[in-house]
Amino acid sequence: MIRVSANPTIDTVIKLVTVAVAMFAFVFVVMVPLYDVLCDALGINGKTSGQAYTSVQAEIDESRLVTVQFVATNNEGMPWEFGPSTTAMKVHPGAVNDTVFYARNPLPRAMVAQAIPSVSPARAAEYFHKTECFCFNQQPLEGQAEADMPLQFIIDQDLPRDIKTITLSYTIFDVTDMANGAVAAR
Amino acid sequence: MGDHHHGPAKGLGRWLFTTNHKDIGTMYLWFSFAMFILGGFFAMVIRAELFQPGMQLVEPAFFNQMTTLHGLVMVFGAIMPSFVGLANWLIPMMIGAPDMALPRMNNWSFWILPPTFLLLASTLFMEGGAPAFGWTFYAPLSTTYAPPSVTFFIFSVHVLGLSSIMGSINIIATVMNMRAPGMTYMKMPLFVWTWLITAFLLVAVMPVLAGAVTMMLMDIHFGTSFFSAAGGGDPVLFQHVFWFFGHPEVYIIILPAFGVVSQIIPAFSRKPLFGYDSMVYATASIAFLSFIVWAHHMYTVGMPVAGELFFMYATMLIAVPTGVKVFNWISTMWRGALSFETPMLFSIGFLVLFTIGGFTGLMLSIAPSDFQYHDSYFVVAHFHYVMVAGAVFSMTAAVYFWLPKWCGKMYNETMGKTHFWISFVGFNLAFFPQHFVGLAGMPRRIPDYALQFADFNMMSSIGAFIYGASQIMFLYNVIATIVSGTPVSDEKVWDGAEGLEWTLPTPAPYHTFETPPKIDPAHAHS
Repeated sequence: MIRVSANPTIDTVIKLVTVAVAMFAFVFVVMVPLYDVLCDALGINGKTSGQAYTSVQAEIDESRLVTVQFVATNNEGMPWEFGPSTTAMKVHPGAVNDTVFYARNPLPRAMVAQAIPSVSPARAAEYFHKTECFCFNQQPLEGQAEADMPLQFIIDQDLPRDIKTITLSYTIFDVTDMANGAVAAR
Repeated sequence: MGDHHHGPAKGLGRWLFTTNHKDIGTMYLWFSFAMFILGGFFAMVIRAELFQPGMQLVEPAFFNQMTTLHGLVMVFGAIMPSFVGLANWLIPMMIGAPDMALPRMNNWSFWILPPTFLLLASTLFMEGGAPAFGWTFYAPLSTTYAPPSVTFFIFSVHVLGLSSIMGSINIIATVMNMRAPGMTYMKMPLFVWTWLITAFLLVAVMPVLAGAVTMMLMDIHFGTSFFSAAGGGDPVLFQHVFWFFGHPEVYIIILPAFGVVSQIIPAFSRKPLFGYDSMVYATASIAFLSFIVWAHHMYTVGMPVAGELFFMYATMLIAVPTGVKVFNWISTMWRGALSFETPMLFSIGFLVLFTIGGFTGLMLSIAPSDFQYHDSYFVVAHFHYVMVAGAVFSMTAAVYFWLPKWCGKMYNETMGKTHFWISFVGFNLAFFPQHFVGLAGMPRRIPDYALQFADFNMMSSIGAFIYGASQIMFLYNVIATIVSGTPVSDEKVWDGAEGLEWTLPTPAPYHTFETPPKIDPAHAHS
């Protein structure tokens, strides 16, 4: 054992305080990042990558069609009209597909929104590549304004063959306070 | 021994400034009993509302505050400090040390507790009411939807965590550095062993709890998004962090209770503890396993099947060392010269009821069936069998067992036995029916319920009132003993008791073992 103090009691105390401080740091330095890394790597929670997919063009798998369904949900208290322009499309794995989501801010004041995606079944998440998505950024809208928000995606041709339908769900949150750097009033 | 020394100081100053392990132990025990009464009062409000279906006495919001505060006060205010108090009293006397290693820090770790719980209880009178999100304070209930008093709650958790960490460091420093010559690790009484391991658990996980509430604080006041999906965070992260603390926490509560019954059962069986070494290894195994099973509290969040299986098997594995312990306690009693004084009755009550709680725990560990049991009254019944019949029964046994040593007077045995039987019947009447309503689908933490649960809930409430009332008899017995109990002068008090604390005069003098005792090498652990 390494001794950090000649007094054995002080030695024990210093070591234990170090352990306690290290465990506090462990939460922030290890647990939080590790959770995100694991969710990304394993596709748990249906989290898709927050980054645009920039891989080389893949071969298009003409042999099968996958149904992609779109679902939109407003988080509690979010007044926007928000939804997909088409609720479902049939696509070939490997092909580049485009669609848009419609959003309208019915309030007279400017607001900022953030859409959070989730893919179901969760194990399809890592095969769902977005080359362009409105969810990569926050979406500001002036009062009464509306917008078509683009989404471009590719289904990986390695998608397991038993997955015939993928549901992409967006929940839209009001992040106006957060975007303005203000802390939500409590 | 100790006669040439000054005794305790006089007046209030004795208690405020004391560094004596016995004084501090006494304060911890009284404080935890006060919290036990407060938390019990909250439980009585819950059971009174649930006495009949429909809303009778309190508003749903207030009901939620009661369940939250009941859990927090019982876990952090009653059970944990009571065992710290026991550790303060007994560990120095059991290992032949004159006091704890860090007496001034000991004073601090006690005295920051009462103001903390005063602060926590004061949230009841704040605008928006006390925390109402359950003792597990899951985000976003405890962040986005929390009452303003949540900030005071967070501060309380920080301070009581600090108190626990200081207390644990003190216990580890005492056990590692202040054992009498010849008191090797494998000769230590099992109570000292279980507390040493518990203290390591506390040092490892209380900072994790502090981290969880710090993240809540930052989400609420500083605009971070650890647990908010809108900002890229995840509420499920909270559950992982919380239960990474929370599962070791339940062993923090139960391991010292294991230590207590491991002292008491041999004394009233008049046989040494069966399988001492395996008891030590079983305790250490349980402590290790407690770090890798946390997600069995959250099977329903949508984990991958591989995760569910891992946590299911790891959880079931805990039954092995726990089974070793139960086997050893029974083997200790096997062919012993048994007698059934109050401490023994409570220890046997512990053994029977804790084992039932262990079995329901095994049922809950099975991931596919947990989806049915999750968040139902079955869970409530399960953890009250291990928390109340486990930790509280063993604590009660400890008070009856060592009280004559501490104050030199004998408690009223008839009243003690009556207390046991009323507690035993009341407890089972309160919690056994909860298994049934839980399996039939009654969710926990609700102020009203479907009509078919009415009879069992009424039984449950009556049992809870009986159990609660029996604690007044306990309080009376303890006070009557201290004030006017029959004096005991025998050093051993109990003829079968073994261990260094029983070699001291009765009542235990204010200062003990200022010269280390001689440990008989032939005489192993108590």
